[in-house]
Amino acid sequence: MYVAVKGGERAIANAERLVAEERRGDPAVPELSLDQIGQQLTLAVDRVMTEGALYDRTLAALAIKQARGDLIEAIFLLRAYRTTLPRLGDALPVDTGAMLLERRISATFKDIPGGQMLGPTFDYAHRLLDFDLAREDAPRTPAKTVSGSPEFAVPRVADLLGGEGLIEPSPRSAAAEVPDLTQAPLAFPAARPLRLQNLARGDEGFLLALGYSTQRGYGSTHPFVGEIRMGAVSVEYVPPELGFPVEIAEITVTECDMVNQFKGSAEAPPEFTRGYGLVFGMSERKAMAMALVDRALRAAELGEESGAPAQDQEFVLSHSDNVEASGFVQHLKLPHYVDFQSELTMVREMRAEWERAQSRPATEAAE
Amino acid sequence: MTDEPLLRAAGVTKAFDRLIACRTVSLELWPGEVLGIVGESGSGKTTLLRCLSGELAPSTGTVEFRTLESGFEDVHRMGEARRRFLMRAQWGVVHQNPRDGLRMRVSAGGNVGERLMAGGARHYGHIRAEAEDWLDRVELDRGRIDELPTLFSGGMQQRLQIARILVSKPRLVFLDEPTGGLDVSVQAKLLDLLRRLTRDLGLAVVIVTHDLGVARLLTDRLMVMRRGRVVEEGLTDQVLDDPHDAYTQLLVASVIGA
Amino acid sequence: MTESSAGRLLAHPFNFAYLDEQTKKMIRRAILKAVAIPGHQVPFASREMPLPYGWGTGGIQVTAAILGADDTLKVIDQGADDTTNAVNIRRLFAKTAGVRTTTRTEEATVIQSRHRVPETPLREGQIMVFQVPIPEPLRWLEARESETLKLHALADYGLMQVHLYEDVATHGRIAKAYDYPVLVNGRYLASPSPIPKFDNPKLDRNPALLLFGAGREKRIYAIPPYTEVKSLDFDDHPFTVERWERPCALCGAVDSFLDEVITDDQGGRMFVCSDSDYCETRRAPTPEAADD
Repeated sequence: MYVAVKGGERAIANAERLVAEERRGDPAVPELSLDQIGQQLTLAVDRVMTEGALYDRTLAALAIKQARGDLIEAIFLLRAYRTTLPRLGDALPVDTGAMLLERRISATFKDIPGGQMLGPTFDYAHRLLDFDLAREDAPRTPAKTVSGSPEFAVPRVADLLGGEGLIEPSPRSAAAEVPDLTQAPLAFPAARPLRLQNLARGDEGFLLALGYSTQRGYGSTHPFVGEIRMGAVSVEYVPPELGFPVEIAEITVTECDMVNQFKGSAEAPPEFTRGYGLVFGMSERKAMAMALVDRALRAAELGEESGAPAQDQEFVLSHSDNVEASGFVQHLKLPHYVDFQSELTMVREMRAEWERAQSRPATEAAE
Repeated sequence: MTDEPLLRAAGVTKAFDRLIACRTVSLELWPGEVLGIVGESGSGKTTLLRCLSGELAPSTGTVEFRTLESGFEDVHRMGEARRRFLMRAQWGVVHQNPRDGLRMRVSAGGNVGERLMAGGARHYGHIRAEAEDWLDRVELDRGRIDELPTLFSGGMQQRLQIARILVSKPRLVFLDEPTGGLDVSVQAKLLDLLRRLTRDLGLAVVIVTHDLGVARLLTDRLMVMRRGRVVEEGLTDQVLDDPHDAYTQLLVASVIGA
Repeated sequence: MTESSAGRLLAHPFNFAYLDEQTKKMIRRAILKAVAIPGHQVPFASREMPLPYGWGTGGIQVTAAILGADDTLKVIDQGADDTTNAVNIRRLFAKTAGVRTTTRTEEATVIQSRHRVPETPLREGQIMVFQVPIPEPLRWLEARESETLKLHALADYGLMQVHLYEDVATHGRIAKAYDYPVLVNGRYLASPSPIPKFDNPKLDRNPALLLFGAGREKRIYAIPPYTEVKSLDFDDHPFTVERWERPCALCGAVDSFLDEVITDDQGGRMFVCSDSDYCETRRAPTPEAADD
């Protein structure tokens, strides 16, 4: 006798218990601490903060631990948590010009005021598996510190070019005019501030692929890294009661200025154009990809031919959010048997009709 | 009613950056009249057509169409809803490239029936019957009503475009190089069809072409364009047989059997 | 089956029904606008919820915004109260709102549903919340939001009618089995959500308020009580619903949507009501005899 299966609630509770067990793994192995994740998996934490759109290293580390290392799942956790937080107001725009630099490079000039500072980069490392790292206690040689501290207010390469009028000025908008992507849904066509907000939270893999495509002919812009800088910046807020700014946090960001294909017209002389990327922590690859895609999305506004995927605003901005993408793709696992039943019924009817039509003697062409 | 033109343009100018594609063009078109706009490529004739048909807004100047409901309306100052409605119901554009004027993934019948359905037709059998009628009229095999336009030849796709537009009984049709890219014999048959249809349906037509032979065969009046300006206009036979402007003379002389 | 989880609520630092009051106000404003323009999709600032996009976050946000302490909530998925998705959502509201829940359609004041309309007719005063994956009925015909927005504004739905024409020309019938497009109040083309077309007639002039939430796509729309809802068709190819040759194997109903259940390796099958409450009520009409 068929009895409708019950116990969905029990199944879910058991699944949760199983996840907790799997997450812990072998109890004989020391449990991961948030400090370990925060200190030794910093780039994972950086990515989760950037795409989770929330700067808190501890929470990001917790999310990574809870998600068992699945970064998109961790990003989701952080975003869901973000929803519960009260909004106090908007900070002042962060001044990356006053950054306490840990890393600063430019590909457009050999030497620049402030120098080329490599910082903690993988860029020149040989990708050979280092088996010393397999041990927990291998002796290490500390990095040699350069004498003299990093300077404040190192000038931007883009400003150096701008001084000669060679690069388009960076557009300015009053803070009051900048809409907030998390408060109002995106409508197309979207202005650049909203596009940048969308890209900042966008999936690194997706943007990387799109940026890559622009380098291979799908909407090329001949990019150069004008400058990449990474370091600590101050976040300031003006409480209404005080009326002057107070520093409420110091965060680490990576900023990428791409210098792109020049354009000119009858009215204006040729000048370089910009692409911009800004991320939390040291997510440099993401900052660069973001800058490439930002520039590609400006094709229409700069009067360039557009049609490549990276230049298609609706395509890029509608599919950049990995929380949305992951949800919708994975929702296919949910029961869909009622709709499937509908289709089954229809297909069966149509097949029956087709068979009846086949067995009928040939008449004039059916309607 | 026939005292007033159907379409009138005044001082239409369209500039792209520093290039002035067409310069202060004015014209009037009466019901049942076939007007040809001829010139070499780059003469600005297609730009002018697009301004007249509502697809492109001129930089200065006006284009007015005499609607059935409310007399002359400014095509570019009216709301988009009104313009889209008129473009679908009272006039139509046959594009040079059929892919611009057809839904390539919709069957021939669907293409022809679309304007009817957009206008509220809801009886499948009637829509299909009317589509079949129009396929007959443009000399397409009605048995191919369920095929996709991708299976049709260039000439057939042009006929399909024409059917798709005429189904809503427009009073004005714009044709952009309708014989472009077609074999000579196919061209001849298409021109024949167009001539018959315009006469039978009393259509007003604006036809853009670089081919003086097409102009001779189809048009009542002719405007010759060069570098954005109208250099000569008048009755077709007169312009072609006795051109006054030096450029027109050059044009006519360079064409065999124009 | 009813639950009261007020005690558990105290242990968790969430606002009533999870969303903060500002968000609820924002969603209610969107709902009011949607009710004022039946069938029109109203954009809203959807939030990330503790369930993923695709799991019903739109429906959840709508329910959370309208739920009050006195409400009785029913949650179903595929017509049943105990499918995992329904269980999960009910748990969320039990945890964050502590409202009374029920499996009985007649007892509910708010019914959240994925992909079905209950067989038991709804009453005035009830609210039905649908979970919607793709709110735009023209999406498969026109990918650009900027263009579909225009088509709705101009009531230019020729594209959809052409699509139906193609179906008849190719298959001899309109080949849409679920998420069957409807015209609401004679004006807006809408997606009824992926309910089987069997359920479409239930939407027409329904006494209850019907709300539709799409979280990932960030749209809310509504069909107010007693609004005309017409499924698109041709005069000579009218809209029809699914029929089964046999009644429900458990309760004998001949007028409900049936699930096909495969019972053995030889492909034996039986057909059972998709609406679990409807089936159980028919089998055991006395209120207490229903289930655990």
